[in-house]
Amino acid sequence: MTQVSLENQFSNVVDASLTADQGGDQFLTFMLNGEEYGIDILRVQEIKGLDSVTEIPNTPEYVLGVINLRGTVIPVIDLRLRFGLAQLEYNQLTVVIVVRVEQEEKELTLGFVVDKVSDVYNITKESINPAPDFGANVDTSFVAGIAGVEEKMIIILDADQVATSVTNPDGENGASA
Amino acid sequence: MSEDLSEFHDVFFEEADELIESMEAELLDMLTDPDDPERINTVFRAAHSIKGGSATFGFSAIAEFTHVMETLMDEVREGTRKTTPVFIDLLLKSTDCVRTMMEAAKVGEEADGSVIAQLKTELEAQLNAGSEQSGPDLGAPDEPSTHVTQAEEKVLNEPATYNISLKPARNSFRTANDPISIFTELNQLGELTVALDDSELPEFESLDPEELHLSWTLVLVTKESDKKIREVFDWIDANSEIHIELLEPSSVDPVPDSKKTPDLAIENSKLIETASDNTPPKHEKQVAENVVDDTAKQDKTKAKKAVVPSIRVGIDKIDKLINLVGELVITQSMLNEEGGKLPGELAEKLHEGLSQLQRYTRELQENVMQIRMVPISNAFNRLPRMIHDLTGKLGKKVDLTVTGEQTELDKTVLESIGDPLVHLVRNAVDHGLEMPEVRTANGKDETGELQLKAFHEGGNIVIQICDDGGGIDCESVLRKAVDKGLVGTEEKLSDPEVFELLFHPGFSMAEQVSDVSGRGVGMDVVRRNIQSLGGSVEVHSTLGVGTTFTIRLPLTLAIVDGQLVRVGSQTFVLPLISIVESIQLDPKQISAIAGRGVLYRLRDDYLPLIRLASLFSLASATNSEMLVVVVETGNGKIGLLVDDLLAQQQVVIKSLESNYRQVTGISGATILGDGTVALILDIKGVNTLFKTTVPSETIAA
Repeated sequence: MTQVSLENQFSNVVDASLTADQGGDQFLTFMLNGEEYGIDILRVQEIKGLDSVTEIPNTPEYVLGVINLRGTVIPVIDLRLRFGLAQLEYNQLTVVIVVRVEQEEKELTLGFVVDKVSDVYNITKESINPAPDFGANVDTSFVAGIAGVEEKMIIILDADQVATSVTNPDGENGASA
Repeated sequence: MSEDLSEFHDVFFEEADELIESMEAELLDMLTDPDDPERINTVFRAAHSIKGGSATFGFSAIAEFTHVMETLMDEVREGTRKTTPVFIDLLLKSTDCVRTMMEAAKVGEEADGSVIAQLKTELEAQLNAGSEQSGPDLGAPDEPSTHVTQAEEKVLNEPATYNISLKPARNSFRTANDPISIFTELNQLGELTVALDDSELPEFESLDPEELHLSWTLVLVTKESDKKIREVFDWIDANSEIHIELLEPSSVDPVPDSKKTPDLAIENSKLIETASDNTPPKHEKQVAENVVDDTAKQDKTKAKKAVVPSIRVGIDKIDKLINLVGELVITQSMLNEEGGKLPGELAEKLHEGLSQLQRYTRELQENVMQIRMVPISNAFNRLPRMIHDLTGKLGKKVDLTVTGEQTELDKTVLESIGDPLVHLVRNAVDHGLEMPEVRTANGKDETGELQLKAFHEGGNIVIQICDDGGGIDCESVLRKAVDKGLVGTEEKLSDPEVFELLFHPGFSMAEQVSDVSGRGVGMDVVRRNIQSLGGSVEVHSTLGVGTTFTIRLPLTLAIVDGQLVRVGSQTFVLPLISIVESIQLDPKQISAIAGRGVLYRLRDDYLPLIRLASLFSLASATNSEMLVVVVETGNGKIGLLVDDLLAQQQVVIKSLESNYRQVTGISGATILGDGTVALILDIKGVNTLFKTTVPSETIAA
């Protein structure tokens, strides 16, 4: 089941990347609570279905646990929970985006659980606007910028920041959950 | 072409490094026991092999230098040179010099010539002085000899009777070692009587004409020296048994020394010869080495151990292999599961094959894992030399005992632990142990004791460095800390807190900065290094009695024998080593203390009882755990409540930190046969976690 839907999504993604315009960086976008988020595609290692997660005791709720990624144990983060959004029951569209992030000279691999993957866009640097400052109301530390593509607004995520907030929640970047 | 050669260079350098190391170790041992012929031989062989190799690859400076060392060692071997501490020290220095030259050669440079030249002159001076000493009354220098002293040789000028028993190796014919040639040669030395022993000859039908089943007892009356006789046996196969015994000499023995007529056993051990060795003929002759030992058997096992062949493989290749095997195991369990669903006869054959596959994959996995594990002795080996140099410099006396050097740990961990270890040992000798006078004044033995211990404890490797020195003076540490403004004047600190200060960056306790230690860069770096490996370092010290540093390291990528337990729907791995016993829960033995802690009475003991499900706030808890696993925390026993005991198996530890972070109570994770991840409990951490959290619910009695 999951397998089939994944393949469909992949074919979408591939089509999109083929038709994408030249110039700019490619971003993989995914849906989270109806919003479209983007992540630098070079950071994405793979996309896989969500299955058998092992809970890690005494960790924040958004850390679903760890999974076996071909012999490597990687943590899986529910981005909905991380961003304080309402929990959504996992369905066939739920996927884990496996990303590589950098942290203090160390390279980590983590999985982000998202509602579904959406598309791949070419976005030029100029079309990315800095995130507006919402003051203390909204935590924008994970947002690298906002990009407008085909009348849509895409929130570009800073994967490194998200990872740091997870692996080092007490650190200076730790926007408390 | 040059590309090819450089490939060999790496191998040569690696080998040379090992040879230098073994040479150093043996030389250090020679300081206490200078006359062990096996040691002398090892040093000689090492020097010889380095010389040969460096000559082959065109490092003529190294070849020339080691040639002098080799010649000196050869004289020691022949017994014409005494091994004085000064001489050994010179050789140790030369070893360093060779190492420096080797390092320089590695990067394609020439080492600093002046030091080398000076040492070489010193060595040559030794050589010349030595040969003058041993001048005239010795035989021709190309006579290989072992331990026979001059006095003995003179005795042998009178005819003596030797009893020789010879049992050639089975395959002697195949290696072209016909004993008849030996007899012919012996016959030329004197009067030979031969007695054949054919008792081991098999039945005619099972006789293989190419095998040798005979043994002989020879009686030889000769004027020739002991070593001449042994020389005859030089070329015989290493697996042959030869005993040469001197019977009553025909004349009165002028040296009634009990040591004089040992049961001589000859071992032939192959020298590692480099292909294009330009050794002078004198050494070529000595492909076979004569080793004299009273206990021939013991020696034999030694020799056997030494010849286990090995190859060098890049660690990345092994890692790839490990990952692949991991995948294989998972695929195999998947196949097993799917195969079980198939009906019919065909499935039966499949099952057979599958169970065989399972067995082999397990074995494969275990073996592959073992490849990465190396004994910690590799890290310990460099310490004796350092201690030797240090004590010489400081005028202290140290007795080093090492235990658990065979404890295995992952190679990457081993590589990173070397420097911190050196630092801590240097500190122990420099700051820990007192000067001999001070020790005697304090009623201690003037030789300080330094212990290095390594052992496994609850999924960790523990390395302890204990000295029986002066201990850490908390008050003076505190004073210093106050001076430096690290601590307020009125602050009261407990001893452990004071010891913590030692790890503060820039904090040094040395009264004066020396080239040994005291620059204040150190302990904080040590701690940082160890922490970056996911380990910890602690100090325990009693003033006047001694100090112990305890390093705990996780066995990253190491294997641990684990007991799988089920708690709720989750599987955890308990390190088998920390489990004392597992028992059925008897509710009558539970007693609550002041409504908070829960104690379980086990025979005469009271154990704190920890419910893992609530400690870890597991959603799938059942509230019906009926098993208590009693574990040792290193600080007393505790009981863990679990639902079920599953299999016992070796599990591969995958660190959580590499992609996430450290989690208290969890030492790592592993991947089970079905591909799911199970967490490995860190018993010590579980205990800490238990002590720092208030239980939200009590266990229903």
